[in-house]
Amino acid sequence: MEITTELLSEMVSSALKRGATEAEAIALESTEFSVEVRLGEVETLQESASRGIGLRVIYEGRQASASTSDTHAESLEKLVAEAVEMARHTSPDEASVLPSREEFSNSSNPDLQLYDEAIATLSTERKIEMARACEAAALAFDTRITNSEGGSCATTLGRVLLVTSSGFEGEYHGSNCGLVAAPIATSGEQMQQAFWGESQRWLKKLSSPESIGREAAHRAVRKLGAHKVSTQEVPIIFDAPMAGELLRNFFEAVSGESVFRRSSFLVGNLNESIAAPELTIIDDGTLAGAVGSRPFDGEGLPARRNVVVENGILRSYLLNSYTARKLGLTSTANAMRGLTGAPGVGVNNFYIEAGKTSPEEMIASVKNGFFVTELIGFGFNPVTGDYSRGASGLWIENGKFTHPVEEVTIAGNFREMLRGIEMIGNDLHFRSNIAAPTLKVNKMMVSGD
Amino acid sequence: MISPLKFFTDNFNLTLSDIENLLSSALSRGGDYADLYFEYSVLSNLSLEEQLIKSANRAIAQGVGVRVLSGERTGYAYCDEIDVNAIRTAASTAAHIAQSAANTAPIKVTNRQPARNLYDVAIPVRDEPLKRKIALLNRADSAARSFDQRIREVQASIVDEYKIILIATSEGLLIGDVQPLMRMNVNCIADDDGNLQSGRMGGGGRDSLEFFDQNFSPEFFANEAARQAILQLEAVEAPAGTNEVVLGPGWPGILLHEAIGHGLESDFNRKGTSAFCGMIGQKVASELCTIVDDGTIDARRGSINIDDEGNPSSRTVLIENGILRGYLQDRLSSKLTGAALTGNGRRESYQSLPMPRMTNTFMLSGQDDPESIIKSVKRGLYAVNFGGGQVDITNGKFVFSASEAYLIEDGKVTAPVKGATLIGHGPTALTKVTAVGHDLALDTGVGLCGKNGQSVPVGVGLPTIKISEMTVGGTKG
Repeated sequence: MEITTELLSEMVSSALKRGATEAEAIALESTEFSVEVRLGEVETLQESASRGIGLRVIYEGRQASASTSDTHAESLEKLVAEAVEMARHTSPDEASVLPSREEFSNSSNPDLQLYDEAIATLSTERKIEMARACEAAALAFDTRITNSEGGSCATTLGRVLLVTSSGFEGEYHGSNCGLVAAPIATSGEQMQQAFWGESQRWLKKLSSPESIGREAAHRAVRKLGAHKVSTQEVPIIFDAPMAGELLRNFFEAVSGESVFRRSSFLVGNLNESIAAPELTIIDDGTLAGAVGSRPFDGEGLPARRNVVVENGILRSYLLNSYTARKLGLTSTANAMRGLTGAPGVGVNNFYIEAGKTSPEEMIASVKNGFFVTELIGFGFNPVTGDYSRGASGLWIENGKFTHPVEEVTIAGNFREMLRGIEMIGNDLHFRSNIAAPTLKVNKMMVSGD
Repeated sequence: MISPLKFFTDNFNLTLSDIENLLSSALSRGGDYADLYFEYSVLSNLSLEEQLIKSANRAIAQGVGVRVLSGERTGYAYCDEIDVNAIRTAASTAAHIAQSAANTAPIKVTNRQPARNLYDVAIPVRDEPLKRKIALLNRADSAARSFDQRIREVQASIVDEYKIILIATSEGLLIGDVQPLMRMNVNCIADDDGNLQSGRMGGGGRDSLEFFDQNFSPEFFANEAARQAILQLEAVEAPAGTNEVVLGPGWPGILLHEAIGHGLESDFNRKGTSAFCGMIGQKVASELCTIVDDGTIDARRGSINIDDEGNPSSRTVLIENGILRGYLQDRLSSKLTGAALTGNGRRESYQSLPMPRMTNTFMLSGQDDPESIIKSVKRGLYAVNFGGGQVDITNGKFVFSASEAYLIEDGKVTAPVKGATLIGHGPTALTKVTAVGHDLALDTGVGLCGKNGQSVPVGVGLPTIKISEMTVGGTKG
């Protein structure tokens, strides 16, 4: 059966007939392709189309949801009945309300250019060639590149449909193409791997397979000879991808879900200074052609541009309707949802605004410090801001790289790290929907020998 | 146990000969092997927060994955509809990986039963009335709130999955399994005049709700989560640098999962990308260490009757008295390297390819008395609870983050410390194990392991152990 907004409207009506006071139906469809090439040979080829339908119902403030990948009429009717029945058992919660007609109808986004026909028509042969070229460039970069976890190319064509009982009806298509290289460098006993990749909605925005392969190889080779350093407190430079990792952690602390649960170190800090005055953080769902853009959020609200931090001042949390009501605020249109469950909170295009300093100038400014290029583990506690993660990268002495470093941790508290940002790079590039320029933090504890 | 074959043939209008024909379609362009993976699963989630049952969710996922192997090449496609025509389309897509003459030998499949049932659950959680689950969540909430007045927020949830799978292979195997899985999680926030701290605890298994009467009660999880949150109110800075470390029994076994488990998965070793490549027979741990991966323990979260390629799970000795003995195999790696199958070919769902994965990974008990181990440490860290971990397979560097740890001073456990990440190198970290307690414990059953974007449930276990040196990522120099 073809999935249409009419089909979803029928499900919403059926839920209301069965007693629900409000209902919201979503459908997600996607066509996915991926190829992995290893040492020049195609290793896996995957291709599939999938779809699913989810229904959220509210019965006098009580919420439940059900979803299925089985889109036969009788299964959908059963799904509606089940969702309404479950909602009779949950507790009334006055914050569980769908956005009203006024909330979603007062603005709308122009064409955000989310779908590239060139990705939809990309041939399998061309995708294999791109994956192969990506890996080949990595293998050819340096004689010390001796092995590889491969090169891959993946495309997704997606369609999102949303209908609510308060009158919202919307649909959009999106495309995505990603390339990744994962070469391995060897020297003596030491073996080092690096990943590098990029994902874009438009093929013409994607860096060349060769440049992605070369960057991956460069990153693997420069890890060779890495060793621990002694335990010391020093300035830290996070390269652009790792600054993006910090931003992912920061999101956990500004997400309405953490804030209303008091699970964030930023509870109660709205309109207060929380970071260095040069720091500005934006979430923008309206950037044309960007990976994280979308016309409406998971509840039908038009996507917007939200200034989260402005010159070091916390200006906004990121909220969906539920968390906004809990906090006495209004939604920032950051509702994110899959097929099942109530909407969560997620980011659109989330980034730190570029500064003025080049990464080279930042490195040159460090007498003794650590340039971090990889982080592993989950050592961030958004409740307290305590931060401790495994790190590797390059040691800096007198403004120059001296040797690669591994098997150390960096630790501090996020609140102090935000205030301690001394320099912001001029190198902001969107390689996915979360992006940041290189950042220099005044000091953190490096644990090693 | 219901018959998976009967379930899929009755509900989706399929016959044995349809299955055989579909396998032939998959090999219509040649190839060495094809398999079909039928899945029907129901995932339910009930959650409590702010003393309200905030949501009840149920997700049904069903579909079929078709895989074709040709040498080292894999073709894969799936469909969301369990319908002969949809599966045939997927089969012809997956078939494209092979480029030779059609495999015309007739395929005949014979239905078999798993040799054992490790989780013969009378009433799966999905068939329990919501009321009974709500009562369990309310018990957890009251227990946590009455633990201490400073507990301000309590979140509790019960998640359960009921999965029916059926695997058919071009080699004639037809075998299925019914896999129940459930867990409860409790998170608490303590607030002492603006000092906010969190604690979490949970557990479950391939079990019914009787688990909460027979193994761990909601009150146990709630009290543990509340205790950890309150404890953190007093936590001091963790030490930075190399320390003597004592790990408590149970969940700290995540050390093994990260330090050696992933590195011993055979795909990485076949490709020469793991730090453990070519080390079979070599010493990679102190002789006190014997480590196994065992998918055959009754009702455990990481246990499986058969893996997702239809092969029986097993107990695999990874490290015996410090010597590396074996890798964890899936079918592809086992064929390509000539190693025996170990029943570790697992996948998240019909939408994904199987890979070598762990089941329940743990170290066997040693001879030492846990209290004496702590007494033997002059200055160090005693870590008893952890959050997640991660490993770089290729250089062997791994981390795992302590969520409950204490200083050891002059042989005594003293102040609790703030969360800190521990980092080490897989092939050498366990050579520094200098004591192994007689108190092996398995974790309570919450582990979820991620690899290449796929999550599967796993278990870990550890006796109390002492590691003579390990880098602790605290802030106090």
